[in-house]
Amino acid sequence: MAAMFSQNPLMNGPHYATTDAPKTNNYREHRFYPYTDNGGSTLAISGADFTVMAGDTRHTSGYSINSRMEPKLFKIGGTTADQHDATIVLSVCGFAADGNALRDQLDTVCKIYRYRHGKAMSANACAKRLSTILYGKRFFPYYVHAMLGGIDEEGKGVVYSYDPVGSYERETCRAGGAAGSLIMPFLDNQVNFKNQYAPGSGVGHNLQERERRPLLLSEVETVVKDAFDGAAERHIEVGDSLQMFILTKDGIEEKFLPLKKD
Amino acid sequence: MPGFDFSNYNRNAALHAQGMPLPKATSTGTTIVGCIFDGGVVIAADTRATSGPIVADKNCEKLHYIAPQIWCAGAGTAADTEFTTALISSQLELHAMSTGRKPRVVTCMTMLKQHLFRYQGHIGAYLVVAGVDPTGTHLFTVHAHGSTDKLPYVTMGSGSLAAMSVFESKWKAELTQEEAVELASQAILAGIWNDLGSGSNVDVAVITPEKTTLKRNLIKPNEKAPKLQSYKFARGTTAVLNEKIIKKSEIGRYVSVQEVPLESDKMEVDS
Repeated sequence: MAAMFSQNPLMNGPHYATTDAPKTNNYREHRFYPYTDNGGSTLAISGADFTVMAGDTRHTSGYSINSRMEPKLFKIGGTTADQHDATIVLSVCGFAADGNALRDQLDTVCKIYRYRHGKAMSANACAKRLSTILYGKRFFPYYVHAMLGGIDEEGKGVVYSYDPVGSYERETCRAGGAAGSLIMPFLDNQVNFKNQYAPGSGVGHNLQERERRPLLLSEVETVVKDAFDGAAERHIEVGDSLQMFILTKDGIEEKFLPLKKD
Repeated sequence: MPGFDFSNYNRNAALHAQGMPLPKATSTGTTIVGCIFDGGVVIAADTRATSGPIVADKNCEKLHYIAPQIWCAGAGTAADTEFTTALISSQLELHAMSTGRKPRVVTCMTMLKQHLFRYQGHIGAYLVVAGVDPTGTHLFTVHAHGSTDKLPYVTMGSGSLAAMSVFESKWKAELTQEEAVELASQAILAGIWNDLGSGSNVDVAVITPEKTTLKRNLIKPNEKAPKLQSYKFARGTTAVLNEKIIKKSEIGRYVSVQEVPLESDKMEVDS
């Protein structure tokens, strides 16, 4: 039986908190590996006057499901614990414990900012601060793919995405986590219309690309649900429920939709 | 006995030593179970095949034919379960013809364990062997290293703990055929929901002294959610950078052409 579980791939597969103690000549070296991969995927798309953030709610380790309802999207910077007046959403994918610690730290920073300046933090200020927090742990990183969604000072939707040590970029859309590499090409094609050309607009290299236009909210919601249904079909760590936040100037709406549970 | 080809062994070992990862085999992740009832035996399996965290096949068959009244459920490396069961099935058929008797389940189990033991666990086949023969109804498990068990109810694969929890709470002696099918199905479903290596549908095989019934996709609890919109592209959406037209009269320059007679003298084909 042991051989069956040890076929688990170290590179792409489910990861474990402890590694086998490697044997040297005369002594055994004991190690503690502090990171675990809790799987799952997140997705963010910014529109003309809205942003949609989404993520599945499955929490895994190895081949086990720890929870079917453990959200990885969090409202940030509200005045109260229930975050009813928050304007920014943080999504974290990867090691869930680090994700929670990062959420708590960023939320505290936002609250202190509000206390000192008497106003809520803007999305771009919060984005820069998150980058600084992540880089602060350059040599013991938060093992997460973070994304920040909000509305900018012109009223447009914004999405910022980060690597684990704080390199960040404003993007129109991004998929992260376990099935990020499955979802991202679909988004390139359906949100940014990549590899799509206007039929009959030219010959060979003179062919015109399909005109880019920002998607409507209803179209984005459709694409997000289809993306996660597809990811749940083909990735074992994605499933159970889809949590979706719709950010507009009027506030944040939260939705839960069912996904496959196998 | 035909053997394996080891001609690339030294080269691959050298490459691996320099840090090249070994190729990733398709695993059947898997929940498989078996259960004896009054008058026969039932085996069942899920239908998910994985390659790391990716689902390689959503509806694969893990119930393998050995003999008309002997079937095998396989977990572990997909290719190993497939080829090992096929090899033993072939040898058992020849054995049955040479002895002029129906093959026995113990014979099959012994051949499997001796084959697997010889390869010291490198053939990653974990099997549930079940069948009915002139000596009675039998149910075994065979592990990749060659050890075997004989029990009234068994589970194997990454979902074996989830499935065994169902057997340990619901199994009783003197089951009817319907009860055994239901119990085995529930055990597989436990694996489908609670083990990430298992998923999709339930396959069941029922073996009685009279006949074997394969119930392929008996339960399908994971139908794909319909897409919310069409992703059909307008004709001409994909860029064509280069175009070359080959006329039918010139096709002989690229491939060899043989005219097939129309109605008379039809080519012989399998129907």
